[in-house]
Amino acid sequence: MSRSRENTDLSRPLRSVIFATLPLLVLPQAASSATAAEVVEKSHQAFYYAGADMKARVTMELIAANGRKRTRVLTMLRRNETGGREQRYFMYFHQPGDVRATTFLVWTYPGKDDDRWVFIPAVNMVRRLAASDSRSSFVGSDFNYEDVSGRDVESDTHTLVREEELDGVPCYVIRSVPKTSAEYVRKLAWIDKSTFLPKREEYYDSQKELARVFTAHVVEVVGGYPTVVKRTMEDVKRAHRTEVTFEQIEYEMGLPEGIFTQRSLQQPPRKWIQ
Amino acid sequence: MRAKTWISTLSVVLALCFPLEAQANKNFPFEVHGFVVGTAALRTTGERPPGGVGGDFVLGEARLRLDVAGSTSSGSGFLQFKGDLFHDAVENRLDGEIRELYGGYTDGPVDIRAGRQIITWGVGDLLFVNDVFPKDWESFFSGRPMEYLKLGVDGVRLQYTPSAVSIDVLAIPFFTPDLFPSPRRFVIFDPMTNVAPQGTSTPATTAVNTEVALRVSRRLAGFDVALHGYRGFWRSPVAPLADLQATGTSMRFHPRLNVYGAAAQRSLGAGVLSLEGGYYASRDDSAGTTPQIPNSQWRALAGYQYQPWKDSTLGLQFYSEIMDDYRNYRNTLPLGVPIQDRFWSVISMRFTQFLRYQTWKLSVFVAHSPTANEYFVQPELLRRFTDRLSVRLGANAFGGAGETSFFGRLRRSDNVYASVRFDF
Repeated sequence: MSRSRENTDLSRPLRSVIFATLPLLVLPQAASSATAAEVVEKSHQAFYYAGADMKARVTMELIAANGRKRTRVLTMLRRNETGGREQRYFMYFHQPGDVRATTFLVWTYPGKDDDRWVFIPAVNMVRRLAASDSRSSFVGSDFNYEDVSGRDVESDTHTLVREEELDGVPCYVIRSVPKTSAEYVRKLAWIDKSTFLPKREEYYDSQKELARVFTAHVVEVVGGYPTVVKRTMEDVKRAHRTEVTFEQIEYEMGLPEGIFTQRSLQQPPRKWIQ
Repeated sequence: MRAKTWISTLSVVLALCFPLEAQANKNFPFEVHGFVVGTAALRTTGERPPGGVGGDFVLGEARLRLDVAGSTSSGSGFLQFKGDLFHDAVENRLDGEIRELYGGYTDGPVDIRAGRQIITWGVGDLLFVNDVFPKDWESFFSGRPMEYLKLGVDGVRLQYTPSAVSIDVLAIPFFTPDLFPSPRRFVIFDPMTNVAPQGTSTPATTAVNTEVALRVSRRLAGFDVALHGYRGFWRSPVAPLADLQATGTSMRFHPRLNVYGAAAQRSLGAGVLSLEGGYYASRDDSAGTTPQIPNSQWRALAGYQYQPWKDSTLGLQFYSEIMDDYRNYRNTLPLGVPIQDRFWSVISMRFTQFLRYQTWKLSVFVAHSPTANEYFVQPELLRRFTDRLSVRLGANAFGGAGETSFFGRLRRSDNVYASVRFDF
């Protein structure tokens, strides 16, 4: 409910910055990049920030070139902090056996490295994770940590390349180029004009070759929020892919702040992670 | 008899659980999991401990872990059991071990757990300041997984988190000592070889002997900060020298100890900075004049961990122990007893690299003490074939100029280990 209001609040400072710098830039390019940044910002809001909070049971199937499958099942809880773009994530692993009951806590900050903690149940220990891990594989999947909790919109320069239909859905096609060294040198994203959810993303590596492809296969409206419930990240070069299914999705549950603390790492909130 | 009891208990539990697909439901509010792991560790130095067991093998065992967790529907009451049934081929015996067994209750800011539980405090990686809880170094140095380094404590933990501050209070009435590599499996230099201690007495289970540990933690200026306190005993026993000299025998015992310390951890640059310090007050030798009872000491640790490249981690640590009242120690130390240095410092490095979607994990831990001129190296390779089946290969290598130092005394016990694990 307060979400839409917040969206407007967030894009306002951004917009004013862009308009303030407009005269300094070559006009057509500036106009397109203003639009592109807005689209990406809206897409970010739709994809990572929908609802004040969210819960989902996430199944990740890691599929190798030879067809061998590995499975990770986790419960993800997410809460947007009021009045800003900070977020809190809590993840509890149900499967596989050697990581069962492992929990992750992530506090994200716009324009600053995330704080991340992991709880290792075998030794009953909470440990901090280095922020530089953001490019590392998330639990052995084709997603990295950054894909899971989102990359700052301001970290890339966005350009609207064209507008076209993808599978009959009108999309913006946005090119994003990282401002500093990143996992990719260029990203092309097809963003659904109506939901602002990404339909497809292509990541190009330092050899300027296609490295990874993200595809949103199924979008459902849950609690009023269009939600990607089936998605795939494919490593094109290594012929490895990760298929992700979101189930038992709920929004606006009023998740208490206390869930997103180091205490719940050790003592997971059973009510929410069943 | 013990083994028989264990087998029957576990058989009954297993028989009960598996038809129910080992998952919690209305009639059976428990989740049952576990693993089977076989581990062998082979001594590579060709030497065998005099009177030892197992020939060239430090370890040869098959272990069945049963992990049962249950909670009430509200989640406020819970129960955790982790137990092992194992066959030790080196000693040729069948035995069982309760790793953890506790009941708990959580409500609002209060969380209470009673029973055997593993507690890990502090920010060190294998170098401990405020983690005063029992450890099984024999396990660790013979190829068992890291989790077997920690032993549970038998006590009650109360955690109270009224706000941003979290307070942990532990009361441990039943003392658990550290376990060090034994001369039955390790070729060890033991300065007490010529005298036969008559055994070890653990602190009597009395109200006054109950170990108490306290931790107050919170976030402060981006740091996770904790203050620690402990009142209890040194976990490694000592033999009173006076008895030795008088009678040639001696009963080892655990001297009293207090620990006061603090720890802090935060993100710094691309990595994580860890700082920890503590004062070990040796209450039975506060002046440092009683030989064989450890003197009071300061401990300090600084560590930094970051990711040099994708899917890797590099952790560096500097650790130091500084003996208090060193002059008194030197003045009262009898002739013929090896002299400890005032400082014992360790520099450590752990490098970990995941490969092929974390199906391979290569790691190496290196600890070097420039003050004692000794080292410990543990390279390890983990291969996960499926979500259930994995194999671990590794080695423990020790070295040092002196036979009396922590790693140096194990230098004739270098070993390689292999382990196969199946999770269910």
